Amino acid sequence: MILTSGLTLFGIGLLAAAILGVASRLLFVKEDPRIALIEDNLPGANCGGCGFPGCSGAAAAIVAGKAPATVCIVSDAEASARVAAIMGQEVLEREPELAVRDCTGGLRADDAFHYEGALDCRAAHLLYGGSKACPEGCLGLGTCVRACPFDAIHMGPEGLPVIDPAQCKACGNCVAACPRGVIAVSGMTARLLHLNQTTDCLAPCRQKCPAQINIPRYIEQIKAGDYDGAVMTIKERNPLLVTCGRVCPRPCETMCRRQYVDETVGINMLKRFVADRELHSGSRLPVPCAKDTGKRVAVIGGGPAGLSCAYFLRRLGHSPVIFDAMPALGGQTRYGIPEYRLPKADLDWEIQGILDLGIEARLNTKFGKDFTLASLREEGFDATFIGIGAWQASGMYAEGEDLDGVMGGIEFLTAHALGQKPETGNKVIVVGGGNTAIDAARTCVRLGAEVTLMYRRTRAEMPADVEEIVGAEDEGVKFRFLAAPARVIGDENGKATHLEFYEMELGEPDDSGRRRPVKKEGSEQRMEASLIIPAIGQKPDLGCLYDDGEGECPLETTRWQTIVADPDTFETAIPGVFTAGDVYTGPDLVISAIGDGRKAARSIHYHLTRGDIPVPETTQKGMIPYTLFKEIDFVERKKRAVLPHLCHGDDRNCTFNEVEGSLSEEEARAEADRCLRCGLVCYDRDLREEPFLPDLRDQTKDA
Amino acid sequence: MQEYFLLFIGAMFVNNIVLAQYLGNCPFIGTSKDTGVAVGMGGAVVFVAVMAAAITWLVQEYVLAPFGLGFLQTLAFILVIAALVQFVEMFLKKMVPPLYKSLGIFLPLITTNCAVMGIALICQREEFGFVKTVLFALASGLGFMIALVLLAGIREKLAVRRLPIAMRGTPIGLIMAGLMSLAFFAFKGMI
Repeated sequence: MILTSGLTLFGIGLLAAAILGVASRLLFVKEDPRIALIEDNLPGANCGGCGFPGCSGAAAAIVAGKAPATVCIVSDAEASARVAAIMGQEVLEREPELAVRDCTGGLRADDAFHYEGALDCRAAHLLYGGSKACPEGCLGLGTCVRACPFDAIHMGPEGLPVIDPAQCKACGNCVAACPRGVIAVSGMTARLLHLNQTTDCLAPCRQKCPAQINIPRYIEQIKAGDYDGAVMTIKERNPLLVTCGRVCPRPCETMCRRQYVDETVGINMLKRFVADRELHSGSRLPVPCAKDTGKRVAVIGGGPAGLSCAYFLRRLGHSPVIFDAMPALGGQTRYGIPEYRLPKADLDWEIQGILDLGIEARLNTKFGKDFTLASLREEGFDATFIGIGAWQASGMYAEGEDLDGVMGGIEFLTAHALGQKPETGNKVIVVGGGNTAIDAARTCVRLGAEVTLMYRRTRAEMPADVEEIVGAEDEGVKFRFLAAPARVIGDENGKATHLEFYEMELGEPDDSGRRRPVKKEGSEQRMEASLIIPAIGQKPDLGCLYDDGEGECPLETTRWQTIVADPDTFETAIPGVFTAGDVYTGPDLVISAIGDGRKAARSIHYHLTRGDIPVPETTQKGMIPYTLFKEIDFVERKKRAVLPHLCHGDDRNCTFNEVEGSLSEEEARAEADRCLRCGLVCYDRDLREEPFLPDLRDQTKDA
Repeated sequence: MQEYFLLFIGAMFVNNIVLAQYLGNCPFIGTSKDTGVAVGMGGAVVFVAVMAAAITWLVQEYVLAPFGLGFLQTLAFILVIAALVQFVEMFLKKMVPPLYKSLGIFLPLITTNCAVMGIALICQREEFGFVKTVLFALASGLGFMIALVLLAGIREKLAVRRLPIAMRGTPIGLIMAGLMSLAFFAFKGMI
């Protein structure tokens, strides 16, 4: 019996072995020996961070060419180099990546009560769609902490996840676990390329900023005393922070929630504070750039759009060359903004910092004359950016405006900036209500003239910044509102001597929402003038785009003399040619040109590296409606900071010294403390003893 | 026909291989943390259980029974199932690579799954014919899959609830399995 049993089992075993032996010959799958070798060099953590099923899966993917030798997030550089060596490759320097949390906080503690014990963000999200008061912000339940296999995340004292950069391997598990998308794994390149998404945690100020600066983050850094960090946060979106700290009209502040309590946070003052700190520190903070790609890009125009585009292209590893028709870079920030608002030395310092990254500048080189799009292609440029601005002053459409003694606002400011000492005489009339008009008027005051600013609407409808209007009033500029030029009267030598104008009255609102001025018949009057400066508007000078004598433009243009381009990618009708700034939008803000310059650089980067230019469907274009509300409760009133004046009286009216100064450190910290740290809808209240806590779910039901 | 139907329903619900017979507990607790994983494991068990039951029936019928070697049943079945799993692994790797990849680690795990062995042994104990054996194996495999997916769903919910530390993980998993087992006893009234 024992023999039979043994033989039977042996027989079954033998049969099974024979079948398996035959099967292994028939069903043999040739496996690359490198897979086993590579697997031996992987750490065997099976953490899933690489996205493949285990280390064997990752090894197979490396051999199949579906993953790089650096795919393992746990491996150190040496292990990656060994894996690369097995594949006959070399590991190049890899841009470091880290998980970053992008949410400033809010009313999470109250909402946690409503989750009925579900201590997990995903559960809360599934049960209620998340906190009703904070649709995109952090829920603070710590799911990411549990998801991190490297113990790199802990919940901070304010209930927000804190990431330890030393421990983080950028595996992305926390990103996958977070249902609100407030954590992202990114390196410098990814951050520079990121466009605001509606799914991001965007405070209203950040949504409104044309450059998409992470305003809550840099204010938070200032509050914490991390001024260098704040500078670097701003420089991820704006290389001209010294300039913008002085001249930005602050669209962000129009959206600041603090205005519903007392006054908006002085966002731009804070930007200027950290920018000036670096400016006067005697050294520059190092700006990292990606590894050289060897791609060359011609940037035509060295104004804010061109400088911004070149700066971001350089940071993305490309080699831009800036071509500018003027003797110095800066565009209208140099030639259109007077010295008393933006000292040229500060502008020079800022621009030099951009060039020091490794950007070549060719000055006094005019597009259309010294070079063309065709010659740039012949020179080997892989892409071209056109940011030539809007340098042509619009006319008054009044008889006699071509007489001697009539000079466009931008032409006057440019001539003055070039040191050409334009003749003003003693009676100057500036026509217009924008910042250029005010700049021209205040410049003429400093040149010793008696200045009258003529505007066809009322003071309340002037598009210039209120501070600029007040500054002009303080300096003695006279205003003549509700008046519009009719004709320029000249003497026998063809020199303008008087401006004849109509009195106006306001009629029905026009497309801009402002009441349309209507002239009063028979109200003509004359005003003496030695110089008349129409500063009514500007438009791009597109003469450079036309081939001599041909009269044909290689680029499509609009009737406002702007270049036509894709609004998402900024690519023109000619592939590889991009545009942004005033030549695309028409006259606009410096910060808009800077923001669009970065977006164009992003497009150029994608064009050069992958051919197509991705634009996510969730890209934020307008304000996100549910983030805007008009009432803020439980916030203590605090006074807004005021910028100090650096010069007074004659010293102010007779010199071009800078008028406004910067905040002190103490003032800046106090101003940063006024920020409500808004997430999307939530905000951090600063009054701790609330009389009651509102039931947020009831509010939602009502809504 | 009714006989087959009752056999099928009975194997799947009333005599559920894991909740009533209490076989295959190791993979039942080990792979029931995630619904996706549970579906993968369940599918693999169904496939191997049917194959194993069919082949072991043939071994019993044509090798062990004729020679009066019924007492070697367990040893022989272990040999057969292990070889079968190895063969299936080779076959899938060569012929259906996507399925092989999706089954991944579960395929070798089934070699040590006593539910598969249990199904093969029950078929012999009940003296089923070949068709009944295959049907019973299919129903038992599906029963295992249902129990596994249900428990995974419950454990996914439990993972985010407030629990005493000592109860988290396997302890609460076992309690839930016990409660599910009690619930499945209600199916006894069906047949």
